Amino acid sequence: MNNDSMTKTVNPNDDRDHSIAIEITDMHKWFGKFHVLKDINLTVERGERIVICGPSGSGKSTLIRCINRLEEHQRGDISVDGILLTDNLKNIAEIRREVGMVFQQFNLFPHLTVLENCTLAPIWVRKLPKDEAEDIAMKYLERVRIPEQASKYPGQLSGGQQQRVAIARSLCMNPKIMLFDEPTSALDPEMIKEVLDVMIQLAKSGMTMLVVTHEMGFAKTVANRVIFMDEGEIIEENNPDEFFDNPQNDRTKLFLSQILSH
Amino acid sequence: MDKQAHNNGMHQELPPPKMQVGFAGWIRKNMLSSPTDVLLTVVSIYILYKIVPPLANWVFFDAVFSGDVKHRNECREIAAGACWSVIVARFEQLLYGFYPVHLRWRVNVTFVLLFVALVPLLYDQVRGRKYLLWFTLFYPAFAFVMLWGGLGLESVESSKFGGFLLTVLIGVTGIAVSLPLGIALSLGRQSSMPLVRLLSICYIEFFRGVPLITLLFVASTLLNYFMPPGTYFDLLLRVIIMVILFAAAYIAEVIRGGLAAIPRGQFEAADALGLKYANCMRLIILPQALKISIPGIVNTFIGLYKDTTLVVIVGLLDPLGISGATLADSKWQGLSTELYMFIALGFFISCFAMSRYSLYLERKLDTGHKDQ
Repeated sequence: MNNDSMTKTVNPNDDRDHSIAIEITDMHKWFGKFHVLKDINLTVERGERIVICGPSGSGKSTLIRCINRLEEHQRGDISVDGILLTDNLKNIAEIRREVGMVFQQFNLFPHLTVLENCTLAPIWVRKLPKDEAEDIAMKYLERVRIPEQASKYPGQLSGGQQQRVAIARSLCMNPKIMLFDEPTSALDPEMIKEVLDVMIQLAKSGMTMLVVTHEMGFAKTVANRVIFMDEGEIIEENNPDEFFDNPQNDRTKLFLSQILSH
Repeated sequence: MDKQAHNNGMHQELPPPKMQVGFAGWIRKNMLSSPTDVLLTVVSIYILYKIVPPLANWVFFDAVFSGDVKHRNECREIAAGACWSVIVARFEQLLYGFYPVHLRWRVNVTFVLLFVALVPLLYDQVRGRKYLLWFTLFYPAFAFVMLWGGLGLESVESSKFGGFLLTVLIGVTGIAVSLPLGIALSLGRQSSMPLVRLLSICYIEFFRGVPLITLLFVASTLLNYFMPPGTYFDLLLRVIIMVILFAAAYIAEVIRGGLAAIPRGQFEAADALGLKYANCMRLIILPQALKISIPGIVNTFIGLYKDTTLVVIVGLLDPLGISGATLADSKWQGLSTELYMFIALGFFISCFAMSRYSLYLERKLDTGHKDQ
């Protein structure tokens, strides 16, 4: 494991305001009888970039999906941007407006063009006029370096391009927080970099990011904190240097040895 | 290398071998590519030879088309083929039934304007679509007044309606109303509200489980017992309502199949973007689900259109009813083949048009996303 070769492109000690973006306290979740998330406590400050890793089935995806209510938690509190996440539909709608999400399978709308994918939510949720929404969409499509594909359909793009469109689509809603659920796991190796580059650039812009990923290089480069989960619990939480060089828990050590050995 | 007659990268483009392109190539590839193929081709040609010439003789060359012939026996004296004079003699009845002759222009106007109303629904690139859609919205009321009368127009009882007028009226109304009703039912069946879901399921299962004929009998007889004495409710309207209710249940199930094919990620992406249920369904889910369901929906529509012939059993004179009456006339007895062929042609044109339109729509909506 050669940590020195990774250049620190993002400075973790930049001058963020230290107000709280997400606060999760004593949170539990069950799927039927199965206890997927056990006593989760996590505070994310504004501008923080957190990478969540762990073996499959450890509950890391479920955790970030609870933050925008794609999954419902059963005990404890989640508050996002000061709004408590409850059954109140108004709160849920408000949180979803502020939280963008990028999925493993992209989940672009296949019947709409790239541009329409990006303008849909700004028009129907933010109620922006169509031309303004299109200007914003083109701005973000340029930022993810794909403006020339605006009039194509998702099915005509490569996986990497689709995922970059998905990132642009989320950014068009001007979210305060971005959730990434294994954004590169469904991609061919040569496309992973183009997506990670966009994410690194986004991190530099000061976005609050929670990223579930196995891309440890990305974690080292970008993360302020790395969280390791196993069997529904947060096992270890540390800054990337300490996390990779000096893991405390045996399970973390085992996981890192498996994931970094090849 | 010395066999090569050109410089590297300078090869001129040659035409393909003669036997692979053009007419000869097509014949070779599609009709004579193997011994079995040759045999099938020969047998097919023989069967066509046996069927087509006699049929063409009967339909065209030995047939009587003259409208002056007023009796089947006259036909037989002229030629041995089809006696199309029966169609000529009863043409107007087959189209309008017993709709008053001097008012038939109203049916014609309504029929022509039907296409004006349909165009903006069927083609989204039409110029001035916005205004045409307003016309479409207003068309049902217009058609109702034109056909039944009122607002100063002489009124016509629906018992006078008949022939293809009846077919098109029941078919088009049934199709136009059962689609939105079916969509609503399919969404109701997926609803998270238990009561809505239960009612939708009960509705769908009931109407799918009962034959249309039974419903038509209910419409024509039983319904009267449930209504306050003295109220009169047009039989034709009752029949149309039953056809709509029946077709909607089938449409709902076809669309449910389309909805089930939409990946969960589409709902999640819409949720994550903050779209409300109605917008998520309208903008994301239904366009995709309906597209998948097009063949099934059109299949149901064609079925509905042909099922309109069942109304004859509750005494409505659709084309089959008219032909029954014609055959009972001693002048035209025994000419059922001619009448049925004509009616079949009428149905085939409508159903074939629907089928072609659905293919066009499928191609138009294809955005090349088979992998998702």
